[in-house]
Amino acid sequence: MTDTPVDRARSSRFAALREFWYYFSVNRGAVLGLFIFVGLILVAVFAPLIAPFPPEQQFREFIRMPPPFAGGTQPQFWLGTDEVGRDILSRLIHGSRYSLFIGFVVVLGAMIVGVVLGLLAGYFRGWVDAAIMRVMDIILAFPSLLLALVLVAILGPGLFNAMIAIALVLQPHFARLVRAAVMSEKSREYVTSAKVAGAGHLRLMFVTILPNCLGPLIVQATLSFSNAILEAAALGFLGMGAQPPTPEWGTMLARAREFITSAWWIVTFPGLAILITVLAINLIGDGLRDALDPKLKRS
Amino acid sequence: MLRFILHKLALIVPTIIGITIASFAFIRLLPGDPILAMAGQHGIKPERYEVLRVQYGFDLPIWEQYFRYVGNILQGDFGVSLSTKRPVLTEFFTLFPATVELALFAMLIAVLLGIPAGIFSAIKRGSWLDQIIMGVALTGYSMPIFWWGLLLIIFFSGYLGWTPVSGRIALQFFFDRVTGFMLIDSLLAGKPDAFVSAIRHLILPSIVLGTIPLAVIARQTRSAMLEVLGEDYVRTAKAKGLSPNRVIGLHAFRNALIPVVTTIGLQIGLLMAGAILTETIFSWPGIGKWMIDSISKRDYVSVQSGLLLIALIVMAVNLIVDVLYAVINPRVRVQ
Repeated sequence: MTDTPVDRARSSRFAALREFWYYFSVNRGAVLGLFIFVGLILVAVFAPLIAPFPPEQQFREFIRMPPPFAGGTQPQFWLGTDEVGRDILSRLIHGSRYSLFIGFVVVLGAMIVGVVLGLLAGYFRGWVDAAIMRVMDIILAFPSLLLALVLVAILGPGLFNAMIAIALVLQPHFARLVRAAVMSEKSREYVTSAKVAGAGHLRLMFVTILPNCLGPLIVQATLSFSNAILEAAALGFLGMGAQPPTPEWGTMLARAREFITSAWWIVTFPGLAILITVLAINLIGDGLRDALDPKLKRS
Repeated sequence: MLRFILHKLALIVPTIIGITIASFAFIRLLPGDPILAMAGQHGIKPERYEVLRVQYGFDLPIWEQYFRYVGNILQGDFGVSLSTKRPVLTEFFTLFPATVELALFAMLIAVLLGIPAGIFSAIKRGSWLDQIIMGVALTGYSMPIFWWGLLLIIFFSGYLGWTPVSGRIALQFFFDRVTGFMLIDSLLAGKPDAFVSAIRHLILPSIVLGTIPLAVIARQTRSAMLEVLGEDYVRTAKAKGLSPNRVIGLHAFRNALIPVVTTIGLQIGLLMAGAILTETIFSWPGIGKWMIDSISKRDYVSVQSGLLLIALIVMAVNLIVDVLYAVINPRVRVQ
């Protein structure tokens, strides 16, 4: 029954997945990170249902109310209220949507552009390679946050422009990675045989070679995901990212500076949310590297 | 060795040209007219507009504008700041020592703590201490440093009152700025209490800026040590009865150092990005804060030249790191 080629392919894919999980789950930190990350996605998806209050609702009579465990008198505000009386917990819950959205979209954008450029450079070599890689070198010569800041100055402040800027700054890493992987794969026998069988350039690049570069690409994507969240938060903090009253975590911290001596909870919780999210993703990244990088495996 | 350096120099020439094109393009990519952008919010009279248009050469073809721009740079003319009316190059190098002082101190903390932590973790691999150190390192690596800075201010400046909140030195101290480095200048002026004040101002910003490099160095040292500890020559050294300290210090660490040095070099660009956030939080009068202020004041001439100067400095430092790397690792030179 299970001997048709389709079934065999399916079972070997399943086996590969099982092997991957075996190596991934050895790393307890990675599993913990995965749990936190899945939890965050659930929070983001169901934010309006979970959050006790709408993120923009102001309780003018309870401005800068401390959390109940720190002397606050209003038990309904679990993490206290901010400088205009908005519930911090509700804003954090809604803010998770922004951070995860930023991460996904920026990584997707950076990856698509970077992979295409890297494939072209590594596959064709010659002047195509030289031209693409010089441009990548130039982008990498600038400190990433500075370049993102300047790009936002050109495009105008705002979440969408900040995301474009961050994607542009992150994509050279993908391009370099894919280029290197393509160059090492290109001379392998399976590529030659596909070429002999009559596969065109596009098929060779995307169908034959690309899937075999996937491991390092996934690890890089995870790294970029946490970088994107950090940079977007930094831009928001500097007033160049998402604009108030958006409950983006970095933007929430921008005005919190004024209250570092008087209302610590306004400063503490948004940053903690960023840290936990980024840490969870980096934990997953470490686990993925252990599971996907054949050089480190079984050593 | 000379050939290696020349080869490296030849490789970065196209990148440097690219950087000048990028910074040249910046002011022309701004939305709206470049002269209006440079004039800022105050606006400009039509007569003055024409004068400036010719003065800055915006009436010339674009490639001629570019060559004029590069020509000016080569003569050390980086333009005049729109907000202070002083030459940008002077502004930049007045503030630059503050950033260097901060970055050096941050790197010192990162190296002095990161390398021993990494070695220790590698030796005690799998122990709970290793897990704690690596957990802390990953947390540091994931840290939004602008928030970390605020937390440290809340605790050490606000709650404990140990450190000042901002600036480089307490206001009552006056002495000549000889080198621009507060620590050196205060000693040259013979004012030990000023020196102490400068240290107290420096400590929190350095910790904040050093956090991510510290985490990266600790992780890199650990994995480099683990790789080396599995090598035959380390086993041989152990087998012939050398003391563990000698095996680790002499045989293992010296070889593990090579990738670690590269990692340290690669942190320079990261430090510049971190300096923007750190200097903003602590009102540290350096290049990072200057860039942010210039962007928010729409002082685009300063932003343009700052961008170029920072990129050139980062490239120069990377080149020095590459050369140092070739000095300690002869294998690199051969290719």
